Amino acid sequence: MNYDVAVIGAGVVGSLIARELSRYNIKIALVEKCSDMAMGTSKANSAIVHAGFDAKPGTLKAKLNVKGTELMPELCKTLFVPFKPIGSLVVAFSDEEMETIKELLNRGVENGVPGLEIYDKAKLREEEPTISDEAKGALWAPSAGIVCPYELTIAAAENAVMNGAEFIRNFEVKKIDFNGKEFTISNGETSFNTKYVINAAGVFCDEIAALIGDNSIHTVPRKGEYMLCDKSIGYLAKHTIFQCPSKMGKGILVTPTVDGNLLIGPSALDIEDKTDVATTSEALADILEIAKKSVPCLNTREVITSFAGLRAHCDKDDFIIEPSEKNEQFINAAGIESPGLSSAPAIAVYVKDMLLEKLNAEEKADFIPSRKEPVRFRHMSNEERKALIEKNPAYGRIICRCETITEGEILDAIHAPAGARDVDGVKRRTRAGMGRCQGGFCGSKVVEILARELGVELNEITKCGGSSKILYERTK
Amino acid sequence: MLNYDIVVIGGGPAGMAAALKAKECGVDSILILERAETLGGILEQCIHTGFGLHYFGEELSGPEYADRFIQLVNEKKIEYKVDTMALQITESNVVYAVNKEDGLLEIQAKAVILAMGCRERPRGALNIAGTRAAGVMSAGTAQKYVNIDGYMPGKKVVILGSGDIGLIMARRMTLEGAEVKVVCELMPYSSGLTRNIVQCLDDFGIPLRLSCTVVEIHGKDRVEGVTIANVDEKLRPIKGTEQYIECDTLLLSVGLIPENELTREVGIELDPVTKGAVVDEFRETSHKGVFACGNVLHVHDLVDYVTLESQTAGEGAAKYVLGKKDAPEYITTKGVNGVRYIVPQKVNIKNDDDVKLYFRVGQTYKNAKVVVKYNGNEIISKKRPRLAPGEMENVVIKNDILKSFAADGVIEISVEA
Amino acid sequence: MQKNIICVSCPMGCGITVELNDNGEVVSVSGNTCKRGDAYARTECTNPVRSLATTVKVDGGIHNVVPCKSAGPIPKARMMDCMNEIAKAEVKAPVILGDILIENILGTGINIVATNHCPAK
Repeated sequence: MNYDVAVIGAGVVGSLIARELSRYNIKIALVEKCSDMAMGTSKANSAIVHAGFDAKPGTLKAKLNVKGTELMPELCKTLFVPFKPIGSLVVAFSDEEMETIKELLNRGVENGVPGLEIYDKAKLREEEPTISDEAKGALWAPSAGIVCPYELTIAAAENAVMNGAEFIRNFEVKKIDFNGKEFTISNGETSFNTKYVINAAGVFCDEIAALIGDNSIHTVPRKGEYMLCDKSIGYLAKHTIFQCPSKMGKGILVTPTVDGNLLIGPSALDIEDKTDVATTSEALADILEIAKKSVPCLNTREVITSFAGLRAHCDKDDFIIEPSEKNEQFINAAGIESPGLSSAPAIAVYVKDMLLEKLNAEEKADFIPSRKEPVRFRHMSNEERKALIEKNPAYGRIICRCETITEGEILDAIHAPAGARDVDGVKRRTRAGMGRCQGGFCGSKVVEILARELGVELNEITKCGGSSKILYERTK
Repeated sequence: MLNYDIVVIGGGPAGMAAALKAKECGVDSILILERAETLGGILEQCIHTGFGLHYFGEELSGPEYADRFIQLVNEKKIEYKVDTMALQITESNVVYAVNKEDGLLEIQAKAVILAMGCRERPRGALNIAGTRAAGVMSAGTAQKYVNIDGYMPGKKVVILGSGDIGLIMARRMTLEGAEVKVVCELMPYSSGLTRNIVQCLDDFGIPLRLSCTVVEIHGKDRVEGVTIANVDEKLRPIKGTEQYIECDTLLLSVGLIPENELTREVGIELDPVTKGAVVDEFRETSHKGVFACGNVLHVHDLVDYVTLESQTAGEGAAKYVLGKKDAPEYITTKGVNGVRYIVPQKVNIKNDDDVKLYFRVGQTYKNAKVVVKYNGNEIISKKRPRLAPGEMENVVIKNDILKSFAADGVIEISVEA
Repeated sequence: MQKNIICVSCPMGCGITVELNDNGEVVSVSGNTCKRGDAYARTECTNPVRSLATTVKVDGGIHNVVPCKSAGPIPKARMMDCMNEIAKAEVKAPVILGDILIENILGTGINIVATNHCPAK
């Protein structure tokens, strides 16, 4: 196969880049080593759209954060991705921290962040009643919001595929050759050719760059652990509540999610293993302790799951989005750590513009900007439900009891462009298994539906691709 | 809009027994809503024997126990809809439900009986550190895979929790050729029946480690092992006692939680200990005309008791529909000193029958005394050779005693060692 | 010889000690608190039995397997042999609850019977 552009890595950055490029009449491959998109940093992060006051003025981070946050609401609306503009608070607990938030405000103004304001204690408690009595004030950023990061990634990739891009899953790039004109990309078994490569491989960006001899990137996976709490305590935070940042990041936050759960985290620890997303009892205990400084009434009783993600931290301390010094047809999009999610829509445009300078491409007249609106039975009125089931009875069968997810929604997830192939893929697309029973009841039904729709045996279905099989052989 | 006198939500042992009793009491218009493909509820996958010793005087498997009620439901021509999920109950007892054939159902009920059962506590609630590899599942999920689907969910198994489902699955997996390496129990005692410890673990040489828990799960794609550790008296893992155990599967049997989403949404008062509704002696909740029974009310150890309790609820719902339930004058019940909870939480003193109070203790006792007090005065005292958290106890308040009480009085049950 | 067993006749879980002579005959039973305990202990030491519940493979049914049980207790020592024998069996759907699936399994005199229905697909 021959492509014009191969995007390596179907995270939020790679998927949005693929979508942005799919506006043009070029052949695009979106290449992913896992069985699905959003399998790395994009599925396990704080899910925050940052206002943009953190980054140093003049950096790419500062520029793309503010721009990305500006683009995010419209993008989410177009792609039917949950987004809530709830605003954020950086809480100060001492006079010194009050100074810090004033500095953040000034920096934000310089970066072009709209609407920043310092709240005094009274105003803060009025806005966020569960906040600690120790809090002295806070920086209020109304342009911040929350988004579902994996749905954004999936929607972007899906839309790119609808517009002609090819999603190549389970393809781990092991070798890249260049013949002076184009690249040959191989996983050791099969290969394809492409004129341009975009390296959006997250924590693996350095390894992908090294395949063409570019050793300029040094990625350090920085682990962040989170706890997700039941919806019954989602009300404990109305806004995203940060503490003052440190050199390891933005610290421990407490935030509602777009689905109404409460999220606490992340810890920050530099590690060596780029696949280590195990949680540790120490970090989980730490984040709870620190989070309680902001919201004292937190406890572990309502925790429904915990998880860890890796930030693709680069020693350059800014996004690296530029052609490789080794080959100008190879563009790195590396070091995309926070505010990477917020910046992703702007990064996609930035990379597209960079590529258009090199590539002679025409805009398509028939670009489809949106995807099919996913059915969300749980949010429908009874009238809407009635009409929906009349049209397709599959929406009349509830599979996931906790989140009220129907068989119809699961079928849609499987049969969507670049659809779900495993249990976690169904979960991220539909929320089946994300409720308080965490798939106890619906897990086996989802396995059954996947097997039936994909035409395979039950024991061929995996949790998340690879060797994550759920069942062994028949008992008899 | 459909109209029924009684809508029963759940077609497991609780729902069927309640519906049958209501029918027997003279109510004809009854509809059972069941979310699974068949009636029977969780019993369909509980293929081991031991059910029905109290109620039928014989030892049946789960499906056999359920089948006796399914036959009766058919015989008595009680209407039911399977593969049907109740979504909502309104203030005025309208039940919304969905299925493939009827679409969205809107059913006006005079009385509603909640019989949705319970679910297993998931891993998240335990906050076990480690990876999120495949191969971690609740014992009940594994039971479904083995007994209904006929697939093995693992070969080398560690089980956390020594409740009866965990013990039963230890034997079941072993019989099917898996190696069950150990059963870990956080508490210093097992909440499972002695019989199950002997016949499910001892028979097969499976070790039971008390005061022990799983602290970490290992393995990238599929579970490759777990770290277990002893816990101290505050149930915290003790440093230095960690032990790695190679396995491909971790089964969790760490408790059951009544499934009260619908109950909560309609604003019914819940008991923080049972996690089920607060009910009177006919199992009527704080919402007029809504009754609850079985594991959705409180988790039972024996299905036989579920049947009995559900018959009480069925009778109560029938009385309510037929206008035979008097305006109540309630006294409340309260578990103290070792008694974790009592069901029912309130009793109508104008009731014309004896009332059985079910309760559960918080620890094991030998040769203890169960004392029942009314407004501080002892009315019943009974010796019990053995009391255990896993076994539900009961005391009967005779009707003549009940009649001597005054509204707003308090009955307390306590254990005296 | 002495054998220590836990009685499962009721939830009390008495620890019972059984004294056996060289021929394996029971000499004395102690530690039990009722007659049922005595009887249980004697059987458990001389000829322990268990009821067995498992599944049998079904051809053409709505499920792959149908649950079954031994219609009476079988010798504890023969449980795994019975499992192997049951693993070889396959029955055709429909199966009706109570159907005898294997007659007189391994000469024990006990039948293996279906404990649920399995309609044909």
